[in-house]
Amino acid sequence: MSSENSMKNETNHLRKMTTIWVILSLAADLLFWFWVGPHVPPGTMTSTAKSNQFDFTFLVLFALPVLIGVWVYLGYAIVTWSAKRDNVPEPIGGEVARSNRKAQVSWITITSIVVLFLAGFGTVAVINDHGSGGGEGPNPIWNPGGASKAEAAALTSNASWSPNSNQVLPVQVIAQQWKFTYRYPTFGGFESSELILPVGTTVAFNVTSLDVIHSFWAYQLSVKADANPQVNDVAYTDTKQLGNFTVRCSELCGLWHGSMFNYGKVVSQSDFMNWAKTTESANAANTANLPPFAWTYVPDANGAAGGYYPDGTVTPYSTVEVYGSKQPAS
Amino acid sequence: MTISAERPTEVAASSVSPPAQSGGTSWTQRPGWLSQHAGTAIILAILGYLLGHWMGNAISGNYDYIANSGQNAIADTFGLSFGVLGWLLGIGALNYPLAKLVGKEAAHEETVEGWSKYFRYSLDHKVVGLQYVVGVLLFMFTGGLLAMAIRTELLSPTTHVFSPDTYIKIVSEHGTIMMMMATSIIVGPLGNYLVPLMIGARRMAFPRIEAFSFWIFVAGYGVIFSALPYGGFPTGWTGYAPLQTQAGPGMVSYLLGFAVIGMGMMAAGFNIAVTIINYRAPGMTWSRVPIFVWSILATAALLTLATPVLFAGGLFGLLDKTAQTAFYVTEHGGSSYLWQNLFWFFGHPEVYIMALPGFGIVGEIMPVFTRKPLFAYKVAAAGMIGVALLSFFVWQHHLFQSGINPDMRPLFMLTTELISIPTGFIYLVGMGTLYKAKIRFEVPMLFCMALFFNFLIGGVTGVFLSDVPVNVTVHGGFFVLSHFHYTIMGGLLFAFMAGLYFWLPKMTGKMMNKKLGLVHFWTMFVFFNLTFFPMFVIGLLGQPRRVFTYAKNLQGLNDFSSMMAFCLGLSFLIFFANLMWSMFISPVKAPANPWESLGLEWQTASPIPAHNFERIPVILTDPYHYSEVGAPALADFGDGGLVSSNSTTGSSPA
Ligand code: HEM
Ligand SMILES: [Cu+2]
Ligand SMILES: [Cu+2]
Repeated sequence: MSSENSMKNETNHLRKMTTIWVILSLAADLLFWFWVGPHVPPGTMTSTAKSNQFDFTFLVLFALPVLIGVWVYLGYAIVTWSAKRDNVPEPIGGEVARSNRKAQVSWITITSIVVLFLAGFGTVAVINDHGSGGGEGPNPIWNPGGASKAEAAALTSNASWSPNSNQVLPVQVIAQQWKFTYRYPTFGGFESSELILPVGTTVAFNVTSLDVIHSFWAYQLSVKADANPQVNDVAYTDTKQLGNFTVRCSELCGLWHGSMFNYGKVVSQSDFMNWAKTTESANAANTANLPPFAWTYVPDANGAAGGYYPDGTVTPYSTVEVYGSKQPAS
Repeated sequence: MTISAERPTEVAASSVSPPAQSGGTSWTQRPGWLSQHAGTAIILAILGYLLGHWMGNAISGNYDYIANSGQNAIADTFGLSFGVLGWLLGIGALNYPLAKLVGKEAAHEETVEGWSKYFRYSLDHKVVGLQYVVGVLLFMFTGGLLAMAIRTELLSPTTHVFSPDTYIKIVSEHGTIMMMMATSIIVGPLGNYLVPLMIGARRMAFPRIEAFSFWIFVAGYGVIFSALPYGGFPTGWTGYAPLQTQAGPGMVSYLLGFAVIGMGMMAAGFNIAVTIINYRAPGMTWSRVPIFVWSILATAALLTLATPVLFAGGLFGLLDKTAQTAFYVTEHGGSSYLWQNLFWFFGHPEVYIMALPGFGIVGEIMPVFTRKPLFAYKVAAAGMIGVALLSFFVWQHHLFQSGINPDMRPLFMLTTELISIPTGFIYLVGMGTLYKAKIRFEVPMLFCMALFFNFLIGGVTGVFLSDVPVNVTVHGGFFVLSHFHYTIMGGLLFAFMAGLYFWLPKMTGKMMNKKLGLVHFWTMFVFFNLTFFPMFVIGLLGQPRRVFTYAKNLQGLNDFSSMMAFCLGLSFLIFFANLMWSMFISPVKAPANPWESLGLEWQTASPIPAHNFERIPVILTDPYHYSEVGAPALADFGDGGLVSSNSTTGSSPA
């Protein structure tokens, strides 16, 4: 075989594979984008759900060509270069088979570009979406406008929220073995086992735990923040659509971890206001027995999580700041 | 070509027996009742446990820390620690250090012959390798049974086979056992067996440390298994505090189990790294080292550097449980974040401990079945080193939603995605090696090809997980579960199978049955994918991990996955059947070099003599000169003939 011939042969193999790859990748990407894309979890109920759905779909557009590229290559190799076929030429060893500068350099360059691009893309998304609905710790730096003001106000007695005011709504999520409860600092700090949210509102979830580590996962809202004892883990989202959503614990927390779920609702702002006002007065007697609203709570000396929990700002144990439990600057 | 002139004279002297030592015969090797073996180890382990337990109770009085358990954590810790000590004493691991300690000359250890050597503290790396084969298969079988139990429970969201308490024990025990197994599954059996053969050494650098690493691995199995009679532990393999602090006595087994296994990991890693660096035969330069050895070197580095963090983390946890320290107790000034940081600082290098050896195996096996040299050898070696280094800088991608260092998420997203560049090199290498090859689809080759298929899905979903916005949806759910089963089971375990089918003929002199091997391969490949692929969807649809009830609409997918998992279980039974059949029931003698490999390990005599090489070979080139006309000989064995790879079929020397 002359070298010219083998060059031709080479480009032939590569051309065939590339053609198959381009066709299949295009088809797969288009199919995914139009057919599956709109159904990709977690839906479009909130700003973060929407952008995280887009992010997932966007990554799939890269992933499918990668998968298909390798599969096409493997398939092609299995079919054309199997020793079982007659007329498969003897392979050629030596230097030519050991390395190929062009192939190596382009492989490394292409993978590096893709990877760096995706990391940049993810970074922009996290920053623009105020943490993408993920837990941002006690002092979030990527917070939506008005959030720090609302959060600071939440600790004072004159915290308030009203419809059509564009205010950020702080909500506290308290996890304990094995349930979630919610406190609304802008409504006197009442505690509810239902999570009701107004639509068209930026919500600041302040997630904490009374015992072990849990994770607050509001699936359709695309919010997930670990609940650590004595840590206030903050996550943001904007509610966009009315509807029900599921809350599940997504960090193993013991025996009934799997049963640690409940449901929530996004309702209109006026319905929310009605519900909040009604619940605030209905629960007034209960609220009086709760510790004053604080970002974190220390279980009482008997470790009776789930029962009484004293105020985290005047704890019986820690007068000093504890690793990881800094309060938001006010 | 005459090279004998260059041969260093010391090695040419054909001294096969080790330097004689004074001090009589070791207890480990005495015949009959007066010797030390697995039996005496078990007896002393039980005695040690009883003694330790009594002592623990004695020193801690009626003080009872663990709520509601009636167990004393101090007694449990002492019991298990002394049990492990008794085990080591019984097997003879301490004879040498103790003798040296009191200033005596240590006893001379000779290898006993016959079956009983597999139950003793053997210093022969070939014996240790085979001991490890049985050891990891025992781990795998136990962990596999637990997996079947998990899938049985998940058949229905409402009808339960187990109580939630039993279920969480099973899940935790499954995860921990499998992770411990996966850490050693290739380094232990194949690393120990093959590394000296591949680098032309007569033994490991520290044969006693090597034997120690195996026997403490077995002790670790005992310790982690003791969690079950103690009532199990509820934390999964990740052992997060404060759940850890809150848990019952089974948690002691987990913490101590990881510490004990950790000692074995450190010992094995250290011994193997030193061996590879210092015991290479003359002429075995770094650019001639087989790629499998490179992968084991990178893994050994990770084992030595990452495991101490786990070890320390486990001891802190034990202290919290016994001595009332507060490393992980937030109310008392500790932090639950500390455990998460320590665990994952070890945990991420750990996942590459579970990936790199697999890459090494496919790199080593593919040239044999493609009859081509390994493509881009240098890139492959550099990739492994790169992965090993980078793996220390990504650990917080497990903690994106935890609130730890939230502002560092972009950095950890970047480092995590960067690591897929060197990881991807293995694809460049594999695909380049396949190019215009003449592929023989023997069973080991099929397992290699399957690794490329499976690991691709695992790696690509890893990039999804490392994207913080996508991580919000998939973290803590079945998507993660599926991701790491695709990398560990689809990658490492498939590579292990490839390695076993490939090297068992050399290790045992018997061929694995090809027909059963094919059935095993196809069932494992198909059912593995059918079991785990649906779990990506289950995770995306909102099912968290380690749950015992789930949303009703996910029952269909869960049931399908369970059914396929049972079939996957059957596939493992086919493997065991093949192993029994081919090794014991109807063995077929293996040819000296059944796959026509050029590797140095295949050029040794069969069966391999106790000291591997009659003379230390002088390495003349790398072992990948397949299909190369006029290729240089691989090595000079000093026996007059040169091993020639000088043919297109790459046949081995007569
Ligand atoms: C392309 C390379 C890889 C990337 C980018 C990657 C990325 C990730 C990320 C971001 C997570 C965290 C998911 C979460 O909990 O939210 C994760 C989890 C995990 N990965 Fe990977 N991974 C890669 C390769 C591997 C390999 C090679 C292995 C093992 C052989 C592996 C084993 C695991 C395990 C065991 C977990 C989960 C541990 C647990 O939570 O129990 N990954 N991976
Ligand atoms: Cu929980
Ligand atoms: Cu990781």
